[in-house]
Amino acid sequence: MKCTVQRIEKDKEESEEQTDMDQHITAPISKEEAQSLKAGDYVYITGTIYTARDAAHKRMDETLSRGEMLPVNIENQMIYYMGPSPAREGRPIGSAGPTTASRMDKYAPKLLDLGLGAMIGKGKRSQAVIDAIIRNKSVYFAAVGGAGALLSKCIKKSEIVAYDDLGTEAIRKLEVENLPVIVVIDCEGNNLYETAIKEYCEE
Amino acid sequence: MRTINVEEITKNVKEMCIEANHFLSKDMDCAMKNAASTEKSPLGKQILNQLQDNLQIAAEDMIPICQDTGMAVIFIEVGQEVHFEGGMLEDAINEGIRQGYVEGYLRKSVVKDPIIRENTKDNTPGIIHYKIVEGDQVKIKIAPKGFGSENMSRVFMLKPADGIEGVKDAVLTAVKDAGPNACPPMVVGVGIGGTFEKCALMAKEALTREVGSHSEIPYVKDLEEELLEKINKLGIGPGGLGGSTTALAVNINTYPTHIAGLPVGINICCHVNRHVIRTI
Repeated sequence: MKCTVQRIEKDKEESEEQTDMDQHITAPISKEEAQSLKAGDYVYITGTIYTARDAAHKRMDETLSRGEMLPVNIENQMIYYMGPSPAREGRPIGSAGPTTASRMDKYAPKLLDLGLGAMIGKGKRSQAVIDAIIRNKSVYFAAVGGAGALLSKCIKKSEIVAYDDLGTEAIRKLEVENLPVIVVIDCEGNNLYETAIKEYCEE
Repeated sequence: MRTINVEEITKNVKEMCIEANHFLSKDMDCAMKNAASTEKSPLGKQILNQLQDNLQIAAEDMIPICQDTGMAVIFIEVGQEVHFEGGMLEDAINEGIRQGYVEGYLRKSVVKDPIIRENTKDNTPGIIHYKIVEGDQVKIKIAPKGFGSENMSRVFMLKPADGIEGVKDAVLTAVKDAGPNACPPMVVGVGIGGTFEKCALMAKEALTREVGSHSEIPYVKDLEEELLEKINKLGIGPGGLGGSTTALAVNINTYPTHIAGLPVGINICCHVNRHVIRTI
């Protein structure tokens, strides 16, 4: 492949600077704040969030089915669908990008009905999840898939709080600073994956 | 006859697993830089620039490019003049994966059983494809494969009457269905012909071919170019959030097939299309 661009031009710095258009929110997230976000908003999250992916969701679901309490109170919390690579010495976490959210679709509506504030992942969601987002005034954010090294820099602290035996799939409590995400599905059910693609489709 | 101690295989596999997960190959790196400069969507451009920063951080701080450091897929071509000593070749390869993933701070993403799902904690076993070739050398290709995109891959058993238009429809269907889940911009590996398993394997190996290179068969080269153009008109864009860069390349391999069939395998890879090649 011929490399036509040796370096990314100057506009990179400009485009990456946080502008007035970008929003800064804190986690946990209130219903009011979640409702103020619109599909397409570029948002920086600061605060406490939790990780959970396939195996942790399955276990949480089984816990709820038995009528027991979840290991963390998820009310107004954000769940980041993520399983990190191991941390090197002196670092809080390894690579830490989002995983495909649709694998959690089976479990997400129940958690949203229990008060989950928001979800961070990547990829499409089922209609049942979109309905639950609307019903509960929640929000679905996408982080950029495959940007795990960059996203790890926004994580200042990481602590396993449940299901330690699941390794990378354990539930972690993260302290994040300016974690960059994009609102994909807002509380009215607007879906950026559908609208943005139409704009650039030349079929 | 040339004798190679399998320890040398272990050492190389270990190093290659670590290298693949921290440094994108030159062809992919160029393709990503080119995409960042040509993308039409402002948000798409912003995402591609983030991915440039991500690659820089990965290399400088030795943080894997993506947390999904994949299942280790290995193509090994062994010259028939080679004699291995010091143990079993397969054990040596898996030992290299083990050392690479444990010592290289890579994620252990392999479960021992698809239903019971207990993590093997060292990312073994790898998926190993052997080929016996001429000569006294050993060529190793390592392609750690993440499952966000692997899950969006497909096999279509088309009819001969479906022809080349059927192949195009199959590829475009797979890419549309993959959408944001496969972490676009993606690389699309396609295998046409052979049997059910052969087309999938060709699609996988096509992903390791240099991005920007083309098939030597004229009609296949044309098909690669046409499909890339069509895919980039779908509008999926970087991160699936709209734009003109949905794929960086379409690499197609072909093989003879049966009079009754037209198998098409489509292996989709995200923008972290990792491959390292070494010849021993």
